[in-house]
Amino acid sequence: MAQINMLGVSKRFGDLEVISDTTLEIKDGEFTVFVGPSGCGKSTLLRLLAGLDELTSGEINLNNQRIDHLAPAKRGLAMVFQSYALYPHMTVYQNMSYALKVAKEQKTVIDEKVKKAAEILQLSEYLDRKPKELSGGQRQRVAIGRAIVREPKVFLFDEPLSNLDAKLRVQMRIELTKLHKKLKTTMIYVTHDQVEAMTMADKIVVINNGRVEQVGAPLELYRRPANQFVAGFIGSPAMNFFSGVIKDVTTTGVHFDINNSGTSIFVKCPSADVSIGEKIQFGVRPEHFIFTKKTDQIITGKVYAVERLGGETYIYMSSETEEDVIVHCNGDREVKIGEKIDVGFSIEDCHLFNSKGWAIR
Amino acid sequence: MKATNFITIENLLIQIFLASAAIVMLYPIFMMVLSGFKTTPEIFMSPFSMPKKFNIENFQVIWEKTNVPRYFLNSIIVTVSSIALLLITGTMAAYAISRYKFRGALMVSLFFLSGLMLPLRLAIIPLFIQLKYLGLIDSLLGLIFIYTAMSLPATVFILTGFLRSLPKELEDSARMDGASELRIMLDIMVPLVSPALVIAGIYSAVPIWNDFFFPLIFIQSPEWKTLAQGLTTFFGEYSINYGVLYAGLSLASLPMIFIFIVQSRRFIAGMTAGALK
Repeated sequence: MAQINMLGVSKRFGDLEVISDTTLEIKDGEFTVFVGPSGCGKSTLLRLLAGLDELTSGEINLNNQRIDHLAPAKRGLAMVFQSYALYPHMTVYQNMSYALKVAKEQKTVIDEKVKKAAEILQLSEYLDRKPKELSGGQRQRVAIGRAIVREPKVFLFDEPLSNLDAKLRVQMRIELTKLHKKLKTTMIYVTHDQVEAMTMADKIVVINNGRVEQVGAPLELYRRPANQFVAGFIGSPAMNFFSGVIKDVTTTGVHFDINNSGTSIFVKCPSADVSIGEKIQFGVRPEHFIFTKKTDQIITGKVYAVERLGGETYIYMSSETEEDVIVHCNGDREVKIGEKIDVGFSIEDCHLFNSKGWAIR
Repeated sequence: MKATNFITIENLLIQIFLASAAIVMLYPIFMMVLSGFKTTPEIFMSPFSMPKKFNIENFQVIWEKTNVPRYFLNSIIVTVSSIALLLITGTMAAYAISRYKFRGALMVSLFFLSGLMLPLRLAIIPLFIQLKYLGLIDSLLGLIFIYTAMSLPATVFILTGFLRSLPKELEDSARMDGASELRIMLDIMVPLVSPALVIAGIYSAVPIWNDFFFPLIFIQSPEWKTLAQGLTTFFGEYSINYGVLYAGLSLASLPMIFIFIVQSRRFIAGMTAGALK
C-alpha cells in the first residue's frame, strides 16, 4: 500500500523556479510516468520525492504521512538512475546487498533477498561479476535489482532506458511492465520519450517548464489533450498545427478560416471560450489524414521528404499555406518527392486551441 | 610498406631514447649498489668495475655495528605515520572541498593551494619556535606533523581533482541506500580514487623518506635520527668508509624502490585516469 500526495510542491534554485506549485496524487500500485521535454523539471520532481533535493515549499505525503523532512533512505523509496550508478568497485552481489548491509540486516536475510531478486531479473549467474563486465541491459537489471532488494513502497525510475540501444530499450520496456505486474508496487517513471510513456503508463503526468500540463491515462491524453503543448507532445509523429482566425461563434460551435486561406470550417464545440477575430490553432494528427476526397476537409501540399519504415510511411509536405504537414500512411503507398498530393481529414478527428493554447475541443 | 618502415624507425628512435634515459637514471643506482659490495680501497682503485667478489661485509657492518637499523626504523615510523595521517586528513579535506557546497569553499581550497607556492623552509624559525612551545623538538611526532603539513597542499590538490570527477549519481545512489556521509566517503568514493591515493602517497613518501633538512634542525638525540640524517655519521672528520656508506645508501633506497615496483600499476593507472573514457 503506497499512495503519494504532493501538495503545492515547488522548488527554486536561486531565482530560477524549476517546479512551481505542483499538486499531484499517485494511487497505490499505479505505474505513473512523468513525461516532458529535456529540462522541464521532471527529474527534479522525482529527486524531490526521493529526498535528494529539498523542497522550497509544499509537502509530500506517503500514505497520509508527511515524508518530505525525512532522509532519502527513511522514505521507503528506491531509485534507479539514468546512468545506473552502480558502484564500480563492487560485485553485482555487493551492489545489490549494499543497502541491506547498511541497514544491518542479517547475512542470511541479505543472501536470501539478493538471490531472490537476482532470480527475478535473471542475474543469478552474474552475481560475482563487476559492473564493467556486464552489458548495458544487465547493468540496468542490476540497478533495478538493487532497488528490488530493499522492498520499497515506491520505485522511482529516472530515465532508466535512455542509455540502451533501441532494441534493448523495447525489450526492457516490456520487462519493466512485467515486473510492475509481478510486484504490484507503485512505480514512478521519468522519461522524455513519449513512446515509453504511452506504452508503460497507467497514468501520464505531462510536465512543461516546471508545471504539470495534464494528468491522465495515455489514451485520454492522446484523444483529449488539455492544451496545445500536450497535443504536440503526446503522439508520434507530433500533431500538425494550422493557424486560423475565428469568424463566427454560435451556440453549437465555431466557424474559422484556416490561415486566412478563405477555407472556412465549422467545428462543433458548444460554449467555446473564444471570440470573433481570435487567432486559434487547429490540430490534426498525422495518422488521421486519409487519401480520399470524400472527407470533410482536404489539404493540398507538395511532398518534400518521405520516410519509409516498411510497415508505414511518413510523408512530409508543405501545404499551400506554407505550413509543414506530416502525414502517416501505409507502407505500400507510392509517393514521390515533389509530387502534389491531396490529403483529407474528418472534422471529428481534429483539435482546436484558443489563443492561450487551451483546448476548446 | 613505407608507412610501416617509418613507424618502425620512429619506434626504434623512441626505444633508443627511452633506453638511454633509463641508463642515465639507473647507472648511479647500479654503481651505488655495486660499490656497497666493494671495500673502500677497491672503490678507489677500480670505481667502475664489477666487485671482485660480492662480499656482504659492508652490509653486515651496517646492520650489526652501526645505528642504521634504528635510523631505518625511525624513518619507517616517520614516513608511514606521516603518509597515513596525510592521506586521512588530505582525503577528508579534498572530499569536503570537492563534494560539498559550503560558504568559503573557495577560500579553503585557495588556502590549501597557497601552501603549494610557499616554501616551508623559509618559515623554519617560526616553525622551530612553534614546535618548541609544543614540546615537539627532538621527537618523531614533531617530524610527522611537519611532513604532514608540508605534503597536505599537494595531496589535497591531487585528490580534489580526482574526487570532483566522480559522478554525483553514485553519491545519490548511496544516499538512497541509507549510507551516512562518512560511509559514502569511505565505502563508495574513496575506493574509487585509490589510484590517486597511491599517487599522492608515493609523491609525498619519497621526499619524506629522503629528507635531511628537517631532522637536521629538529632532531638532536641519536636515537631519534632518521636514515638520511643518520647516514651522515659515516662522513667522518678524517676518513670516510665509502663501502659501508654505499651499502647504507643502497639499503636506504630499497623501500622506495619496492613501493614503486609494487604500486607501479596503480600509480600509472592514476596518472592516466581520465585520459580515456
